[in-house]
Amino acid sequence: MSANRSIRVTAGILITIALVALVGPWISPHDYVTTNFDNPLAPPSLGDMHLFGTDDLGRDLFVRTMLGIRISLLVAIVASFVSLVIGVAYGAIAGFVGGRVDAAMMRFVDTLYALPFIFFVILLMVAFERNFLLIFVAIGAINWLDMARIVRGQTLSLREREFVEAARLTGVSTLRIVFRHIAPNLIGIVIVYVTLTIPQAILVESFLSYLGLGVQEPQTSLGALVEAGVTLMERASWSLLIPATLLALILMCFNFLGDGLRDQFDARNLS
Amino acid sequence: MLRYTLLRILGAIPTLLLVIALAFLMVHAAPGGPFSSERVLPEHVEKEIERRYHLDEPLPKQFLRYVSGLLQGDLGPSYSYRDYDVDELIADTFPVSLKLGALAMALALLLGVSAGTVAALRQGAWLDKFVMGFSMTGISIPVFVVAPVLVLFLAVKLQWLPAGWTSEVGLKRLFLPVVTLALPQIAYIARLTRASMIDVLNRDFIRTARAQGLGTATVVRVHALKPAMLPVLSYMGPAIAAVLTGSVVVEEVFGIPGLGQQFVRGASNRDYTLVLGIVVSYATLIISLNLIVDILYGVIDPRVRYR
Amino acid sequence: MSLLDVQGLTIRYGSDTVVDGVDLYIDRGESVGLVGESGSGKSQSALAILGLLPRQAEVSGSILFDEQQLLGASEQELDTFRARRIGMVFQDPMQALNPYLRIGAQLRQILLSHGRADKAAVDASVLEMLAKVGLPDPERQYRAYPHELSGGMRQRVMLASALIVEPDLLIADEPTTALDVTVQAQILDLLEDIRDDTALLLITHDLGIVAGHCEHMIVLDKGHLVEQGQTTTLFAAPAHPHTRTLLDAAPRVDRGDVPTSATGSTILSVSGASVEYRDLTAVRDVSFAVREGETVAVVGESGSGKSSVVRAMLGLVPLSAGRVVYAGESLEGPVERRLKSQRRDLQLVFQDPVSALNPQMRVRSIVAEPLLVHESSMTAAARLERVTAILEKVGLSERFLERFPHQLSGGQAQRVAIARALILEPKVLVCDEAVAALDGSVRRQVLELLRAVQADTGLSIIFISHDLAVVRSISHRVLVMYLGKLVEAADSGTLFTSPRHPYTQALLDSVPVPDPVVVAKRAPLRGEVPSPVNPPPGCVFHPRCPKAEAKCNSTAPDLRDVAGSSVACHFPN
Repeated sequence: MSANRSIRVTAGILITIALVALVGPWISPHDYVTTNFDNPLAPPSLGDMHLFGTDDLGRDLFVRTMLGIRISLLVAIVASFVSLVIGVAYGAIAGFVGGRVDAAMMRFVDTLYALPFIFFVILLMVAFERNFLLIFVAIGAINWLDMARIVRGQTLSLREREFVEAARLTGVSTLRIVFRHIAPNLIGIVIVYVTLTIPQAILVESFLSYLGLGVQEPQTSLGALVEAGVTLMERASWSLLIPATLLALILMCFNFLGDGLRDQFDARNLS
Repeated sequence: MLRYTLLRILGAIPTLLLVIALAFLMVHAAPGGPFSSERVLPEHVEKEIERRYHLDEPLPKQFLRYVSGLLQGDLGPSYSYRDYDVDELIADTFPVSLKLGALAMALALLLGVSAGTVAALRQGAWLDKFVMGFSMTGISIPVFVVAPVLVLFLAVKLQWLPAGWTSEVGLKRLFLPVVTLALPQIAYIARLTRASMIDVLNRDFIRTARAQGLGTATVVRVHALKPAMLPVLSYMGPAIAAVLTGSVVVEEVFGIPGLGQQFVRGASNRDYTLVLGIVVSYATLIISLNLIVDILYGVIDPRVRYR
Repeated sequence: MSLLDVQGLTIRYGSDTVVDGVDLYIDRGESVGLVGESGSGKSQSALAILGLLPRQAEVSGSILFDEQQLLGASEQELDTFRARRIGMVFQDPMQALNPYLRIGAQLRQILLSHGRADKAAVDASVLEMLAKVGLPDPERQYRAYPHELSGGMRQRVMLASALIVEPDLLIADEPTTALDVTVQAQILDLLEDIRDDTALLLITHDLGIVAGHCEHMIVLDKGHLVEQGQTTTLFAAPAHPHTRTLLDAAPRVDRGDVPTSATGSTILSVSGASVEYRDLTAVRDVSFAVREGETVAVVGESGSGKSSVVRAMLGLVPLSAGRVVYAGESLEGPVERRLKSQRRDLQLVFQDPVSALNPQMRVRSIVAEPLLVHESSMTAAARLERVTAILEKVGLSERFLERFPHQLSGGQAQRVAIARALILEPKVLVCDEAVAALDGSVRRQVLELLRAVQADTGLSIIFISHDLAVVRSISHRVLVMYLGKLVEAADSGTLFTSPRHPYTQALLDSVPVPDPVVVAKRAPLRGEVPSPVNPPPGCVFHPRCPKAEAKCNSTAPDLRDVAGSSVACHFPN
């Protein structure tokens, strides 16, 4: 599949999923909290509009799954934004200032790289109860390292490029150099890496939710739904397979999208 | 080379100290002490407990006490398992986790590198597309999805393999957990190997080697393999961390009495000394393995030794 | 029967035909030069012979080697020709040798793969070959990695690897382009010495090299063969206009008019300049002055400090000692702290035009940017008018205004860079290897352009170059630098006819002359430029100097006047 087509296909799937997740619960006659002990573990059916069946408490799994997708996407996007802001700022400063500041800042990043971050996050979630805000911060804090490294490397090489030297020589202000000469040349690679950060953030969030450390009942996320599905899988395999498939599909689409964007970005940079 | 190795070892020590300090601080900054949550204790009992666990001392002193204990292999008493020391608990559960992780890593390297190399040599062909499709899937499906789905089909539905940790020692009970743990790593390493092998095969020195008539097999073995392995080597650190993370899930799903399960239990019991001890052990493991990777990097690439 | 007989060779990438119906013959023992500018298809043709093109390439025609068809042969069949029958040397030995393997292992593998089994005998052959290509202390080089060797030594290893199985044909693809000119001379001589009766196919853009080393030559242009024949015949009477263009554009260091010395007053002077980087001194105590309307060339090989001294002058890197005076005022500190008026008067054109233009900006914005800084009150319409005017001056029409850099050829991009530098009407233009990356014919046009602008505006030009032949036609004065020191400074008329410093002499002798009738008179300079991290004591040139005596090892000579030249040598010519 060509890079261009793979971008269009994956972006199309993701937009569809997001739209259904937004609109679906609103159209469905069910909501995500109402329990129905007369109808637990109902298999998926069109008849009573339980498209994905019900869970052990008789709650509608379609609405819950859509809600889970919303939460997963929201967490991922916000967390990616956090890592984008921290990573780009940190990387750009290190790359642009250079010298000892850069060496010290990158040494710090190297040190953080060696940390078993996920265990710290678990520790954090246990110690500070399940704080929704903390999930964003924690996931963002894990993911900014890659972004910082990439932006720093790119900035460093841009700073050495001769068109920046020509601008300095002419008297172009530092501010204009940053915004006119460096930033536009960073955007491509930043977009690529944000796209690749989103699935990582989704993964971390769903991992935490799977361990029961993420969002709280009756709210839910894809990770929490998978966890619930595991306990029910011998009696109601759909309750595991549906959220698991959707989670994998979303992650796969983001990965393909990021890859496609990167290929295109590389191709443009080589020409 | 000796200088390079020594410098690397020296560089790892501050990292380790920083990790310990960070974990220590986090645990101690947590609101709600280990005993405050449920029961209300008489004041003298609480004092007694605080003294026993040295919680009445100033934080820096507690930290020094902890580090000096660490140096003697003493991780302090467990909060929740009254009669156990943390080091005993870790020593009980670590070997099985280590075995699982080591087997998974070995499997991932073996399959990942071979699949990636073959795909790179058949770039664009059917085999390449298959390997790439598989590895994209492998990367995108989290361990906590793979594990239950494999159990559902292979153990519950088809009944080929045991679903849990049977008492029967051997390959049968190890198979599913190891494969589950290794799958995403096989996928990632295959992709990494393919990309870096293609990159290396396009370098000028490979063209030189081809012009020398060495034959494809020799060109790959003698000239391409070493440089193509560098990105894979760099990935070993994150891979080990990912396998450890994965082991938390895998041990829970398969009911394996390992360190990961111990960690989750410790976390939910708010057994801070245990959790702290496990994080410190994980960090030490990851940092030492990273150190070995760094040194190997110097062995493969003669140019980094001088930097 | 020819050793190599290529007929109708055509190479396509999709719809792109890069080589179109090229015929090529080489007899046993013969030397043939394959000449052309970039994009002529000369390297592609050479790679096709050994089946080394990327797999996307579609190759057709016929390639007969010793009456066997190589085109369409399997990799296994080709492997019996590679190295054994046809050896190959590539352009950049840093890239072409495996950086992760010791030199010895790389050479040994070739012998092992071609049927030699006795390891001790293989080792002995490798050592013998390393000695044969002139590597000092072969045992040590055997264990060395490529990055531990100098550029010239690496190319000697490359040559050893191509000749170790004693092939019948050696293909050398721009074998000296990445090397300094004095080292190039050594490698070309070595090539002549050791190839014996091995036939040679030498691919090059440098007509001087062909004139000196090839009996027969073939000229390619845009994938087509335009002319071929005896080298002497082709140089004397080129039949095809493209050959004539190439010959006209090839600069000669040994003859031709030299600009008469400029008479304007001094506009810029550098005195006692030194530049230090972290662990090395790049420039030591260099002084020079530039007059109004004068072109001063700064010439030297790698490590000479020629770029560093000019960059420090411009304030792009710090000066560790010395001062710069422009129009009677001292220029201090980094460029950011200099006066706006001083910044507009000194402009720079870089070597690589692609890297010198922001890929995200259109030509109009690139050229207009200096105006935004210095003429901020100007209206957009007036700015556009200025941009259009300056583009026209450098020979680019209005249709280039909206282009992005990647839509420009190398020559066009360099014109844009020159337009950007000239739009503020500077007094001094620094050209840092500004024509080094350009093909001969384009280089000639750019030099013409600079000359015209100078005649028009009285611009002073500082022209940094490694190539004395290019410098000859445009510079009034030449400064020769070696390992951070100024070793000779003289008017062009003096320097090219009677060089005083042995290094200047060697440089002049090393430049290949594009004329097969001129017999090379050189005895190439030995060794290579030492590392500036650890320069030799006394005169920095003494380890390579044919005239060095005891005094040179201990005492560094000062610059002194000898018959109109300034020379730093104890024993000037």
